[in-house]
Amino acid sequence: MYPILLAVIIVAGIGLISGLGLAVAAKFMAVPVDENAENIEAVLPGANCGACGFSGCSGYAAALAEGKTKDTALCAPGGSEVSKQIAEITGLAAGEVLPSAAVVLCQGNYHNTGDKIVYSGAKTCKMANQLYGGPKDCSYGCIGFGDCIEACEYGAIHICDGVARVNPLLCRACTKCVKACPKQLIEMMPLNEAKAAVLCANKDKGAVTRKLCKTGCIACTRCVKACPEGAIAITDNCAEVDYSKCTACGKCAEVCPTKSIQIIDLQKAMRKTGA
Amino acid sequence: MVKVFAIILFTGVLTENFVLRQFLGICPFLGVSKKLNTAMGMSAAVIFVMVLSTAVTFPINKYILEKNNLTYLQTIVFILVIAVLVQFVETVLKKFMKPLYNALGIYLPLITTNCAVLGVVFLNLDKISGGDLNFLSYPYSGSLVNSLGAGVGFMLAMFLFAGVRERMESCEIPKFLQGLPITLIAASLTSVAFLGFDGVIEGIFK
Repeated sequence: MYPILLAVIIVAGIGLISGLGLAVAAKFMAVPVDENAENIEAVLPGANCGACGFSGCSGYAAALAEGKTKDTALCAPGGSEVSKQIAEITGLAAGEVLPSAAVVLCQGNYHNTGDKIVYSGAKTCKMANQLYGGPKDCSYGCIGFGDCIEACEYGAIHICDGVARVNPLLCRACTKCVKACPKQLIEMMPLNEAKAAVLCANKDKGAVTRKLCKTGCIACTRCVKACPEGAIAITDNCAEVDYSKCTACGKCAEVCPTKSIQIIDLQKAMRKTGA
Repeated sequence: MVKVFAIILFTGVLTENFVLRQFLGICPFLGVSKKLNTAMGMSAAVIFVMVLSTAVTFPINKYILEKNNLTYLQTIVFILVIAVLVQFVETVLKKFMKPLYNALGIYLPLITTNCAVLGVVFLNLDKISGGDLNFLSYPYSGSLVNSLGAGVGFMLAMFLFAGVRERMESCEIPKFLQGLPITLIAASLTSVAFLGFDGVIEGIFK
């Protein structure tokens, strides 16, 4: 016989049989994949930030497809745009995602506060926090080793004079930094309107705070009295603003002796940095 | 008979360990040994595919290739058959055994024609043609047991090395050795440790 012909026939035969076998198997054992889930996942930004409360984008997509949640407006990085697209795929109602950005509520930079210890350990906020609450005088303020920078997938955070700052232009509101900060100093603030914010979290008594930081909230209650809306309250020696009541009139910022309460207008800040 | 199989099995696991003595399957060995649970998932998939591919390629070799004097086609035919087989098994697992698919799923296509898988098939045939006494008495079942041993040996190497790598995570390694260099050095040291198993199997069973 022709040995070459036989070899070709055998290899081609094995290939043909196995190819047919695979095709048949794929046909008869196909597992129905939920197309909705795949389509939704394609629309989602893929940051897997977990801001929606599910285990990443595929988790949220699966939950939407299976009808576990009907809220299409949970994706903060995607915003209203993604909500609209999800609504188109699933037939659910589109929701409005209020644009927001992270803000670091601390002004304790090198000019305003000093160091109480010389810290030479691992340069992470979490580690430093366990040693007398960080190297800075104020043990409530930003440590400045950048755990939030590590957490941020969009490169929106940088350290400026020892305090973390968020660039609202780059922030996609995934809230990863909020979870990463051991001092719980980062808060989500609305992007589309200005609000007063207390840029301090110090819970020491006023006199102590004053010694520690030039711009700490000393709980003098002047802002509480100045606010026409009654939006400010003092708890644990630190003022707090109720954003739902605040109209950003600016009266609190005027009377604050340490300038620890300020009007945060992220849109204005974006225009400034964007231009 | 049990003695023969035990000798084949332990030879495969220890003295002829695929990764650390024969240097086959180094790519997955270095690639997925960083974490213990991925290493175990990968090893389970390797054991599964090794036994399965031996079970299928052995009769093909004996009844098709050898009969027609076409043993030079072994490589191409084996690759073809193993690749198809793994694909098929993946489809079946996806349909009928979802948990097992989730556990092995991503690793199965990765090792489709990994050199260790192809290697065990060829080494089995080599042993038979080379006149290994244990294999000559039970060619097919002996080959299967040897494949199982090779797979378990792979798992043992992965298990040991995942531990080594987890220890290295917390070490201060000089910059020029960081990453792959120190991993390879550690792998070679682990491999040297396996030299100590030479002759152990013969001593136990003879």
